[in-house]
Amino acid sequence: MLTERLNTRNYSLFEKLKSVDYFLILIIILIGAISVFAIYSTERGEFSFYTKNHLLRLLVFFGMFLVLSFVRITFWYKNAYFFYAVCVSLLFITLFFGLMASGSRRWLDLYFLNLQPSEIMKIAIIVCFARYYHRIQTAEIQNYKFILVPLILLLIPCYLVLQQPDLGTSILIAGTGVIIIWLAGLNIKYFVYSALLLIVSLPFAVSLLKPYQKSRILTFFNPDRDPLGAGYQIIQSKIAIGSGGFFGKGFLKGTQSYLEFLPEKHTDFIFTLFSEEFGFIGSIMLLLLYILLIYRIISIGFYAKSFFSKLFCFGFASAIFLYIFVNISMVLGLLPIVGAPLPIMSYGGSSMLSIMLGLSIVMSCKIYSQDQISNY
Amino acid sequence: MQNRASSIEKSRLITRRVFMLAAAKLLLIGGITSRLYSLQISDREKYELLSDKNRIREWKTPPQRGFIVDHFNNILADNDRVFQVHLDLDQIKNFNEVIFKLKNILKLSNNELKKIYREKERLKPWDTLVASDNLNWTQFSKLNLYLHDLEGVKPVVSSSRFYPYKDSLVHVVGYVGAASQKDIERKDVIKENLVPGLKVGKSGIEYAKETQLIGRYGIKRYEVNSSGKRISQIDYIKETQGEKIKLTIDLEVQQLAQELLKGKAGSISAMDIYTGEIIAMASSPTYDPNKFTHGIGHKDWGEIRDDPLKPLVNKSIAGLYSPGSTFKPLVALAALEFGTIDPERPILCKGHKHPYELYGVKYHCWKKKGHGYMRLRNAIKQSCDIYFYEMARLLGVDRLAIIAKRYGLGSNILKDLYFDEKKGVVPNTLWKKNAIGKSWYLGETVINGIGQGYIQTTPLQLCLMTAQIANGGYKIKPHIIQDESIDYESARLKIAKQFVNETADFSNDEKFLVDRDYKLYERLYRNPENIKFIKDAMFGSTNEQYGTSYKSRYDDLKYQYAGKTGTSQVKRITEEERKLDLDQSQIEYKNRDHALFIAFAPYKNPRYSISVLVEHGGSGSSGAAPLASKLIKKIIDRHSLREQIKKGSSSLA
Repeated sequence: MLTERLNTRNYSLFEKLKSVDYFLILIIILIGAISVFAIYSTERGEFSFYTKNHLLRLLVFFGMFLVLSFVRITFWYKNAYFFYAVCVSLLFITLFFGLMASGSRRWLDLYFLNLQPSEIMKIAIIVCFARYYHRIQTAEIQNYKFILVPLILLLIPCYLVLQQPDLGTSILIAGTGVIIIWLAGLNIKYFVYSALLLIVSLPFAVSLLKPYQKSRILTFFNPDRDPLGAGYQIIQSKIAIGSGGFFGKGFLKGTQSYLEFLPEKHTDFIFTLFSEEFGFIGSIMLLLLYILLIYRIISIGFYAKSFFSKLFCFGFASAIFLYIFVNISMVLGLLPIVGAPLPIMSYGGSSMLSIMLGLSIVMSCKIYSQDQISNY
Repeated sequence: MQNRASSIEKSRLITRRVFMLAAAKLLLIGGITSRLYSLQISDREKYELLSDKNRIREWKTPPQRGFIVDHFNNILADNDRVFQVHLDLDQIKNFNEVIFKLKNILKLSNNELKKIYREKERLKPWDTLVASDNLNWTQFSKLNLYLHDLEGVKPVVSSSRFYPYKDSLVHVVGYVGAASQKDIERKDVIKENLVPGLKVGKSGIEYAKETQLIGRYGIKRYEVNSSGKRISQIDYIKETQGEKIKLTIDLEVQQLAQELLKGKAGSISAMDIYTGEIIAMASSPTYDPNKFTHGIGHKDWGEIRDDPLKPLVNKSIAGLYSPGSTFKPLVALAALEFGTIDPERPILCKGHKHPYELYGVKYHCWKKKGHGYMRLRNAIKQSCDIYFYEMARLLGVDRLAIIAKRYGLGSNILKDLYFDEKKGVVPNTLWKKNAIGKSWYLGETVINGIGQGYIQTTPLQLCLMTAQIANGGYKIKPHIIQDESIDYESARLKIAKQFVNETADFSNDEKFLVDRDYKLYERLYRNPENIKFIKDAMFGSTNEQYGTSYKSRYDDLKYQYAGKTGTSQVKRITEEERKLDLDQSQIEYKNRDHALFIAFAPYKNPRYSISVLVEHGGSGSSGAAPLASKLIKKIIDRHSLREQIKKGSSSLA
């Protein structure tokens, strides 16, 4: 029987408010504001459906973020496995009762929101791993038993998400998981072996891909293969970004998006629109904001006392970096189009919910940074 | 304690790895930045171009055709605003449905529908189909009303050719029609200016002067969205109008000429004998060129094509006829120039009972009773065939041909302007050997002397021949497109100049008895007395009793003219027919003689020459001379007006 001794103390409200990371909040507000303008631009400067929805969600989830920030970090520690289990169950339910849209079952109808459980899973996997590795000694990590368990914990959601099918999210979850396992201290040789194994098994993996996924990957290597079909998005996105130039075409003046040459401009290609209108300068500014966000999360991890907090912050920072990197590389034509939203910027409730949830846990790590969580 | 140590070690490990990871992240961010740099800064121009190519579509607007005007600046070929329906085939999802809707809105006929479907077969899937190029205003406004329901359907306001004087000038001006593949290949300028529904010249000046007339297309640049829908117009380079082509034609004279020929098949040509300006060139029957602009209907086309009087043939330049007796002045001139006849030598014409005989073949005069003793002047005036048989025999066909060619027969007059212009034939012994492969018979020379046989001329050639006799025997350049460098005064000056250093004796100038090229305004005669003689004889033919066109004369000196009738046989007259002595009205239409007449006016100080031909019109004196007489009056009445315009335009320029 496992007993958990939690080394906790009480904080006054003043102490809590004092330790809130206002810099982080400022960055979130800035990116949030930029996102509203970007979505507004996708609607050609009309304050209508997408902008309204996006703003509403931003406000609601930002509020949620503020409230949840004051939830004690020990709450997340205690309920980590439960959180994970709920998400896996939701993924399972989604497979059978999910809403069907454009060929895949990704959403659960919750009346007020079409929830995409795979997005929440992105956070759940970090919380779950942080909890798992919190208890394990460094020496034990290399033990096969302790390698196998997290692998299984990772493979279950990945498999379920892949079944929807949603290759992008599945890769993001897997990537996040692998990074956390490495951060936790697993010997580098295992990663090398896995990488080799992956390369060897690549032909088999490719054969398991859906035709459209295969075509996306082939198209990535040669967009001109099908300029009006699968390659269209990459080509048009590159044209939009390239034609933005140094200073951009100006707010609301992005012709590529305005004239509907750009697909998925609200979601995965929001960076393209932003980059077309605000140019190289704007793009670098946005990237800097994201770097600051990540830097801030990592530094919160440094000052946190508990290993759980540390691992969560580092893991979440890495996850955010991964999302940003995959999304931007994708729209720049550096990676195949797999369907990965840009955190906060992209239109989409579940993605926003998941990022805000993660950020609130980070904030909780900051506010309750002095909380020690005993190993046993 | 162990826990603590382990915990510290764990923290250290994770810190180390976070730093490693951070370094990796910075590296990747660097990668993204460099990619952004290469896209947005290094390759910016390339992508800007691609973006513009995406969003900007160009539409060519049809070029404005240049006007064609007459000497008095009356617009003969105008442009009219028309309403059209264009179908962008690549934007139409369900073609049949759109056509069905269009049919109901525009009340299209089955024939029009068939035409649209035929056109669609011909076009590429991304082409624009002109479903109808001449809607009335009601149809057009109705179409605009239903436009939201018709994707890919474009109402277009365009301009199209309009000929206000309808059928008066079609043989001169020509007509336009939709550019065919052949037209596109023929001229680069058509290819460049090709827009859906472009009309190009199909005949006449419209065809010949395409390059000058066509103008230049305009460009409308539109911003379009990804589905090709126009969002806004960003640029409009206006189309330009083609050059104005000014003709030498006088619309009123042309209209009268056309009017005179109404109901007949034939031609009237009139020319300024010094400048060579063609004042009228009428051909009958005629047709309305406006019918061709929007694609001629099957029935209309059938009527024009199958008309036995052949309206499609421009008879002035593409109709070949035996000149008949209108050739006689030239035969006489040749004989005088070569000195093969003494004009005072009398020849007896004894009528049909005693015809002219050569090697047992009989040649009759047109006058049954005969003319009696004839001298040359009288023989021209009364058109005695016997006299000319004998004169031709003495002259010989080769010498006759030299003079005939010199005065404008046997070659294209307007050069390459009209693709259908015919050269005709001025026969000589060599020609026969080459063309037919047989040697020449003397009998053929004899009938050549009265303008029958192998000789073939166009009415315009006869007009030129008359002009070059009337102006005193000087070479002129006939033209129908205004040439500013040529006017009456300078023509007279050039004619006068060549005599400055010459002696007055022309009698032995052999240079004028050989076949060679003549410069503009160079004298064509050996002895001017010979020209004077011919002109005087032609005066007699019209203005003295027993002259063949005496009935059509004017006594008023202002209008007084000199002419020569011609009646050319289309069929050899058999002995039986000669005995029957039928009146022309009793003969089947297609076997009746062609009536011809040539004239120059006024007799004193002549300025204009005219030739009239009426196919199967009977005798020249009754079928052609009266027409010429009416037209001459008109031309002379308008002479001062014409001069004023000419002076006005040159002083303005």
